[in-house]
Amino acid sequence: MKRTLKTPIRNEDIESLTAGDIVYLDGTLVTCRDVGHRRLIEYGMDLPVDLSGMAIFHAGPIVRKAGEGWEMVSIGPTTSMRMESYERQFIEKTGVKLIVGKGGMGPETVEGCRRHKALHAVFPGGCAVLAATQIEEIERVEWQDLGMPESLWVCRVKSFGPLIISIDTKGNNLFERNRAGFDQKKGPVMEEIFRKVRYIK
Amino acid sequence: MENNQKKRSLTDTMTRFISLVAKRLPDDVYGKLEQLRLKEDSPLARTVYDAMFRNQEMAQELDRPSCQDTGVIQFFVRAGSEFPLLGSLRDVFDEAVREATRVSPLRHNAVETFEEKNTGDNTGVRVPWIDWDIIPGQKSAEIDVYMAGGGCTLPGAAKVLMPAAGYEGVVQFVFDVITSYGVNACPPLLVGVGVSTAVETAAVLSKKAILRPIGTRHPHPKAAEMEILLEKGLNEVGIGPQGLTGASSVMGVHIESSARHPSTIAVAVSVGCWSHRRGTIRIDGDMTYEILSHKGAAL
Repeated sequence: MKRTLKTPIRNEDIESLTAGDIVYLDGTLVTCRDVGHRRLIEYGMDLPVDLSGMAIFHAGPIVRKAGEGWEMVSIGPTTSMRMESYERQFIEKTGVKLIVGKGGMGPETVEGCRRHKALHAVFPGGCAVLAATQIEEIERVEWQDLGMPESLWVCRVKSFGPLIISIDTKGNNLFERNRAGFDQKKGPVMEEIFRKVRYIK
Repeated sequence: MENNQKKRSLTDTMTRFISLVAKRLPDDVYGKLEQLRLKEDSPLARTVYDAMFRNQEMAQELDRPSCQDTGVIQFFVRAGSEFPLLGSLRDVFDEAVREATRVSPLRHNAVETFEEKNTGDNTGVRVPWIDWDIIPGQKSAEIDVYMAGGGCTLPGAAKVLMPAAGYEGVVQFVFDVITSYGVNACPPLLVGVGVSTAVETAAVLSKKAILRPIGTRHPHPKAAEMEILLEKGLNEVGIGPQGLTGASSVMGVHIESSARHPSTIAVAVSVGCWSHRRGTIRIDGDMTYEILSHKGAAL
């Protein structure tokens, strides 16, 4: 069964979700990445968008002018880990409920998601045209002084996904679990290769 | 054709070729992904592969860049010393990049360092980046266009090892980079390894390694053996598409090498994401061209 979250997202909408589940999103999704986070957390600037109950997308899109407005050409997730040092405080300050990006995030984000009830989810990286076609409209844009990738693009989305939950509200971190598995497997695999590459004799 | 006409003709060809590279994967990458897709049976891995292939179809249908991160554009040139526009290639590439940025459109990805301002047209100091090899006596030029996205550029790393670390140290370095930063770089990855004498020579070679068609092998049998061992080994780790675990981790591992100082073994890793947007085009002296990476593509 396809599970769809709608903004504004309430705690009870997401508390039963577990890392590894797949969901879709209807409603408001705002792009926010490196400098957007830095401005809020390090410089204490107010975000020009109210994110309470909303979703953000770690993404820097390609957009083009279409009449008075904008058209989303191509938008895919960027590496979420770059926002790790800010995200716990970002969740606390904004009340954002869903963070969409690529790859895993770390213990600070896990703590933020657990304490303030929020999720991190991944949209398949590189699938930027698929994502663009799930955006119905760019409602507005803020902080355009940051350039096309870093501006805050406020989007209305329909059936946006697949979104694979990587951090849930219960402290689970899918990528951390996977990484532990990779580390466990790689030791014996490398030992096997070491024996075969003793080329310096 | 006058040289001015040739310059205009080549600028036009390169503009269109850059757009093609942004919108369609080269044949070897697409073919490899089709093979790897068939090996996956977990629901998450399948969901991701379905999205990837649907995305590539839609990029064609809608004529759009398949990934929003169209990278900092890099040109790797193997130009004949008799190629008529040798001295004009910098101008040609700059202009083609500006024009492709407008018409494709490409994302604005050139931030002037220290100024910390996005130039808005994908050109800037030393960008687009050009790497030169001059081929004596030849009239034609072979040009690789590579769109180095941020996600797959981040894992890039290089280190100069002491010889006691041996080739075992090289293996360890590759595994450490791929199983840490590689996971977030949109696997399955194409892994380039440079084995060389110094940090910058290894780094350049590692990038050249991922410009080779997938599955081509290093000419030295031991290096070719090591490519296969690393590829098989990394796949056994099972990183899977987007790091969500699965049957494979990589599309391939390529090694490029040079002779080294007896006291050093330099190793570098460059990574290409699954959406490995590179294209190769051969330009003849009269500016006619052949696209080597995307069969049947028209500009």
